[in-house]
Amino acid sequence: MKKEKKMTLTLPVEELVGSGNLACQGCGANLAMRYVLKALGLRTVLCIPACCWAVIDGAFPHSCMSVPIYHCAFETAASTATGVKAGLEMVGDRETTVVAWAGDGGTFDIGLQALSGAAERNDDILYVCYDNEAYMNTGIQRSSATPTGAWTTTTPVKFPKDRPKKDIDAIMAAHYIPYLATASTSYPEDVVKKTKKAKSIKGTRFLHIYAPCPTGWKSRPEDAVKLGRMVVQNCIFPLYEVEHGEKYTLTMKIKDKKPIDDYLKLQGRFRHLKPEQIKLMQEEVDHNWARLLKKCEAT
Amino acid sequence: MKPKKEIKKVVFQSAEEMPTMPMSIGNMLWNKTGSWRNIRPEIRLEDCIQCGICWKFCPDMSIEIEAEWPVVNYDYCKGCGICAEECPAKCILMVEERK
Ligand code: SF4
Ligand code: SF4
Repeated sequence: MKKEKKMTLTLPVEELVGSGNLACQGCGANLAMRYVLKALGLRTVLCIPACCWAVIDGAFPHSCMSVPIYHCAFETAASTATGVKAGLEMVGDRETTVVAWAGDGGTFDIGLQALSGAAERNDDILYVCYDNEAYMNTGIQRSSATPTGAWTTTTPVKFPKDRPKKDIDAIMAAHYIPYLATASTSYPEDVVKKTKKAKSIKGTRFLHIYAPCPTGWKSRPEDAVKLGRMVVQNCIFPLYEVEHGEKYTLTMKIKDKKPIDDYLKLQGRFRHLKPEQIKLMQEEVDHNWARLLKKCEAT
Repeated sequence: MKPKKEIKKVVFQSAEEMPTMPMSIGNMLWNKTGSWRNIRPEIRLEDCIQCGICWKFCPDMSIEIEAEWPVVNYDYCKGCGICAEECPAKCILMVEERK
């Protein structure tokens, strides 16, 4: 070995997610949990509804995590977290961060009502949605987070999804919660920074983390990190924060915006798309990006 | 690095042994996910620039830092290839696993 120097680690070293978990190879959800827990530390309770993470964690009586998990029903992530928080406060614990950790199905569709209720009451919870853009755990069914044109088992190639992805961040911003942010697992420092910021705030905080899923997207596992980076660079999933529902801030400025083609090409779920469909999708992305820029400028 | 946790699978022989509440007692370290792998990462340390990027992006916490160098834990590495893809010095090779 020729040189000896100190390794430069840009993240906290503590690992609260253990090896031996049941995530697929190259799982983005696993990365999301790893980074968020690095930022939150041991004094954390997780409430997990049905989602990939309900499985990744391991079967009873084992758990790969170093923090407690409360497995709850699909639609109740936010309300369970509210209850756990209230219970902890009753016994005098105001320090512990209570996290509702749900996938996109449990946030965009099934858990939306409970989430909206908690956000409206401004309950002191951190809601994290790791978004892999379909119901992956049950076998890749379409959710309202699935992007236009994508293949899933319930939107087959002949009838790919024809509606745009639901803008959950706008819905959450419309609740005027103190803090909401989008993040991607390919920018771990950013995930840690936003999680720490969210931890320091009181009230309902919402993190929307983009988590590539090689199994459901029919992409190569080694591309998982690359995809998470591309999706930010081509502005399909821009990184920004919203404070009190009004103050929009871009946290990653995009200087030269890439076309979406390379991103689509790496994923089997978009393989059937024709050039004119890709053009329509590009227009949709451009439109959303312009709208976001306007919102950021307005504040 | 901290001392490793105990590797033990919890098995109940009878209903009486079960806890009254469904709570986790053991960790998942008994589940050696290394057996899922059909390609394995090999780090050529001569070329490594000690950037820690492989450690940062491994979804399975299978790259450990020992005395400032990255070491793959083959017990749990699932062979996804992210470390090889992301290494800026391109010093991780994915080689076929021989059984
Ligand atoms: S191949 Fe994947 S699981 Fe194995 S060490 Fe590299 S990143 Fe980790
Ligand atoms: S990513 Fe490559 S260069 Fe960086 S520490 Fe890992 S093996 Fe070394």
